[in-house]
Amino acid sequence: MSQSKKIRVLVAKPGLDGHDRGAKVIARALRDAGMEVIYTGLRQTPEQIVAAALQENVDVVALSSLSGAHLHLFPRVTALLKEKGLGDVLVIGGGIIPAEDIPVLKAAGVAAIFTPGTATAAIIEFIRANVKRT
Amino acid sequence: MKTSISDLVRGVLQSDRRSIARLITLIEDQEPEAFLALKQIFPATGRAYVIGITGPPGAGKSTLVDKLAKHLRRQGCSVGIIAVDPTSPFSGGAILGDRVRMADLAIDPGVFIRSMASRGSLGGLSWATADAVKVLDAGGMDYIFVETVGVGQAEVEIARHADLTLVTLVPGLGDEIQAMKAGVLEIGDLLVVNKADREGADRLVLELETMLDLSRHENSSRPAIVKTVGTTGEGIGFLWKKIEERLISMKASGELANRRKERLRQEVLEIWQRQLWQVIDSRLAGENVDRLLERIVKRQIDPYTAVEQILASIPPRFKNLWGGELRMQIRKIDHLGIAVKSLADALSFYENILGLKSAGTEVVEDQKVKVAFLPVGDSEIELLESTTADGPIAKFIEKKGEGLHHIALRVDDLEAALAELKEKGVRLIDTEPRYGAGGARIAFLHPQAGRGVLLELTERQE
Repeated sequence: MSQSKKIRVLVAKPGLDGHDRGAKVIARALRDAGMEVIYTGLRQTPEQIVAAALQENVDVVALSSLSGAHLHLFPRVTALLKEKGLGDVLVIGGGIIPAEDIPVLKAAGVAAIFTPGTATAAIIEFIRANVKRT
Repeated sequence: MKTSISDLVRGVLQSDRRSIARLITLIEDQEPEAFLALKQIFPATGRAYVIGITGPPGAGKSTLVDKLAKHLRRQGCSVGIIAVDPTSPFSGGAILGDRVRMADLAIDPGVFIRSMASRGSLGGLSWATADAVKVLDAGGMDYIFVETVGVGQAEVEIARHADLTLVTLVPGLGDEIQAMKAGVLEIGDLLVVNKADREGADRLVLELETMLDLSRHENSSRPAIVKTVGTTGEGIGFLWKKIEERLISMKASGELANRRKERLRQEVLEIWQRQLWQVIDSRLAGENVDRLLERIVKRQIDPYTAVEQILASIPPRFKNLWGGELRMQIRKIDHLGIAVKSLADALSFYENILGLKSAGTEVVEDQKVKVAFLPVGDSEIELLESTTADGPIAKFIEKKGEGLHHIALRVDDLEAALAELKEKGVRLIDTEPRYGAGGARIAFLHPQAGRGVLLELTERQE
């Protein structure tokens, strides 16, 4: 029956920036890789993102941020996920993120950060290799 | 993290959001556990009102659902939402974007939104939609909205899954309305002209009124036409009033009950077809279809005969399609029963030659047998002699001669074991426990179940 299993990914944009081009490109690429992408739109609070992740029972939460607030928002999402018992959901991030922030985010439970210029194939491969399915 | 089915079912019935979400995923992935859970939650379904929302892409369906849900939340009702978007036929993936229009509902504890990909189903829904509705229903939602994919003319499936269906239209569709008249428009219990602040809204209403004048409404009343502006919420209160009125009148006239009954009928048919198809499909994989095809190509056989041959090879009984939870535990072989003509003669061999010791003989009137039990290690051998010429043991010997008659397996709870076997469609001789030798409680399975061996289940106090 496993051939009918689909990887479900929530693509979310926390924070206040209004640029969702990158998130939409990723959503499209993941769809073309056979995944089910739940796109939640702009300006999501961490609480909204985690509530949606729970209802949609996703395997992956992909966060995009261009506003510079990632150090605040991404760890808040991972913390809330853990609080709701969703600690096994794979969290990845992307956007304009300085290199020195990446270790901080990883320590907070973000599995990988993909900065501009990353090939979508690399993101797809990372998800497939790291997604935890029971 | 595996949760047991009973935990999952309990979670759903207690409105636990995580359990609801996980069960829907199991359903979508067609996991066997999903069907076991669905069997168990079914009695708790049938309480929620299911409202379908359909219409062409861009008609504002998600925004309407968002506004209707908020309206209901203000009245203290809980709301479930299933929003279906199409699966790409090329990649099998999907982008599910309906949540974008319902962002503030995400954190409302009285709302549960689930996006669902159509996964190859035609008709505007996913085949998993009906079962997901049941999960939300059993999870305590008062109202469930089912939003279809953006439909064209013929995706009318929703009408079979909802108590009431809204068809949403917008001004500016032009001649497309003409094409919809013989399809989607016919299933609407209410017609919603959304984006009614746009030019052409009144003309659209007029057009729809004319269409309704021409059509017949034999079994249900004429659909109301309601104008709304989803983005501002204008007309939403009135739309809900019309929905409520319609539900009340449907309830009073018995139409609601009829629709629900029809829905279940359809559902049984669908499950039946799906399962039959799976059986046939797996059968075809095992058959030499290619060889058969080659013979058809060479005109050695015709397609009809070919299908007849395949059908003839399919077993006629499909029991326990979804498996079942395994609860019973076989502890050990309690004893082996051997049918003998003479107990005294048999004992002379088993005792004197093999050196086993009989724990005493006993007559079981009920079975018309005299038996002796000879302990062997952890188990026993039971020798059975018929007390009458027409007893079951006499008949057995008449047919097959002396020999192994049955194998008895020890269980802890015979009643539970029998219930489990019954649930799984196993053929039984004894559907209720009865008393056997040594005060044990026993029941026999049909020899067909044991593949030619008569099996007995035994429960006894040590």
